[in-house]
Amino acid sequence: MHAPVDPSPGGAAPHPFAKPKTHRETYEFLIRQVLRAGTYSVLLAVGLIFAHIIIKGVPVVFTTKAPFINTNFLTKLPETLHVIEDKQGKIYETSPQGSDVIKKELGGNMRSEKTISYSGGGILGPIVGTALLVLVCMVVALFLGIASAIYLSEYASHGKFIEGVRLAILNLAGVPSVVFGLFGLGIFVLSAPVLTDTPHERSLFSIPLGFTYMSFQGWDTCVLSGAFTLAFVILPVIITASEECLRAVPQGFRETSLALGATRWQTIWRTVLPFAMPGILTSSILGIARAAGETAPIMFTAALAFKDKLPWQGDSGFFGIFTQSVQALPYHIYTIAARIPQSEYSERAQYGSVFVFLVLVLMFAITSVLLRRKLRAKYQW
Amino acid sequence: MPATLEKPAAINGSKPPTHLTVKIDGVDFAYGARQVLFDVTMDIAAREITAFIGPSGCGKSTLLRCINRINDLIENAAITKGRITLGGVDINHRDLDVIALRRKVGMVFQKYNPFPRSIFENVAYGLEVAGEKDKKRITEVVEESLRAATLWDEVKDRLHESALGLSGGQQQRLCIARTLSVKPEVVLMDEPCAALDPIATARIEELIVQLKKQYTIVIVTHNMEQAVRVSDRTAFFYLGKLMEFNDTMKLFTAPEKPETERYLSGRMG
Repeated sequence: MHAPVDPSPGGAAPHPFAKPKTHRETYEFLIRQVLRAGTYSVLLAVGLIFAHIIIKGVPVVFTTKAPFINTNFLTKLPETLHVIEDKQGKIYETSPQGSDVIKKELGGNMRSEKTISYSGGGILGPIVGTALLVLVCMVVALFLGIASAIYLSEYASHGKFIEGVRLAILNLAGVPSVVFGLFGLGIFVLSAPVLTDTPHERSLFSIPLGFTYMSFQGWDTCVLSGAFTLAFVILPVIITASEECLRAVPQGFRETSLALGATRWQTIWRTVLPFAMPGILTSSILGIARAAGETAPIMFTAALAFKDKLPWQGDSGFFGIFTQSVQALPYHIYTIAARIPQSEYSERAQYGSVFVFLVLVLMFAITSVLLRRKLRAKYQW
Repeated sequence: MPATLEKPAAINGSKPPTHLTVKIDGVDFAYGARQVLFDVTMDIAAREITAFIGPSGCGKSTLLRCINRINDLIENAAITKGRITLGGVDINHRDLDVIALRRKVGMVFQKYNPFPRSIFENVAYGLEVAGEKDKKRITEVVEESLRAATLWDEVKDRLHESALGLSGGQQQRLCIARTLSVKPEVVLMDEPCAALDPIATARIEELIVQLKKQYTIVIVTHNMEQAVRVSDRTAFFYLGKLMEFNDTMKLFTAPEKPETERYLSGRMG
């Protein structure tokens, strides 16, 4: 900023283009600096968070020796970390099995042993769990979201009722996620219908179908319940974004298609949806990245603090993967960050998990950008 | 272009010519509470070119869009009185198959708007949505339609390239080919040359005159000279009313209504 030109004091003829001396410029300058400071402080906060996580997380996930990735951390289930100190002050960090061996070797040379829950081993369980939840959530949310968006933008007539529906969808976005969690608990875990020959005694009611019963007893805590709950968390985002993308397709395409004798559905399927899809997918994937990070909705519906089996190692075999409860990354992070005593040894799993999680979300974002580019190139108008 | 002139006859050659006339009988039309057409009555003769002229907002496009019921897309827009018949059938009748109607009454829009797909796919679209599976038949019809729209020679070597690579005039002829592919009886054209340069316009006009042999054509235009050049009869609309409907030559040389004369002279200087 440069100071306003000072008009000469003695009443001499002022410069014809001299700036009037007002506070306007000072205001302008101040406002600009305040806005700039706001923006930069946001950047600074984000930068600090990322730097912190990367500095602490990278050494956990990557190693200096080939293959440069800590495969144990990514391919083992979480387990209790045993920290044994011998009398010479040498410290061994090991697994439960390893601790027995070391204890035997050290014999009377052992000074102390500490155990830190969930902080040893790897985080394969949470990664797999989150992947399953996100996969099912994506299918459910995209189907319901795109279906509603198509209905709202292409079929529904404008009226009080539809305005109400829109308002409800927008409000849904403001519902706290823990409320979604409780909703999922009430609906999917405890009262959604299942087909079974032997209805559970806590079933709300069951309808005999002849060969079996439709029992409203819920799906229990499992991937399905969690994924449906997550889907509802991100539905408002997906519906709103999809509707906007559908509206952005030129009306001329619809008119032309109809004028050529296409039905409404043919028009939507062949000339509206393909051109709306890049946008729908981009915004949906960002929504899904958010779903991957939600903790509260899966706390009551799908996630366990600890599980010693991968989903397909359960009793019902491979096809039981969706009806098992799982570990999930956000809940795992919550557990190891807030539910166990903190020590220098618990940091490894904490920062490692957060770092892996960040990388996964980043991959989602990159996928969505690439997908959009590819689809844009194919379906642009 | 004698080579392309011969070909269109083949399109409708196999079926007996039908002469479906469009009769518009006392039509009022309103967008919600706003009435835009007042008691319009006119007969549109088969195998002729009828031009709708008039100042912007006079309702001529609205009337055109009523004839294939593309106005159905607009909420609360409806004919409030009177009826439009095609070959004696009320097109707004409850039992009418609107898909079948639109296949009989094709439409070319003001802004040339090919789908962002290949040239071939654009022309094949109408057949595909009608459930035509026979690839050979589709290929035949695409060629016939492109020939009929005098575009074949220009695009035959790049049928599978994007339609958006064509020039504006070519794109509009592609849209005409696409409309012809479903073999309509009536072709509605909503200012088809509004977005084109004079040379492209001349080609489209030439094409429209050729098409008259097989199709009943209704064209909305802001261009007086264009109405004179292509149309057999002209309807002048003013403030939602049909002021005058007559042979083009008569209307332009000896208008009966003072409004018509004012409009024509004002525009033609």
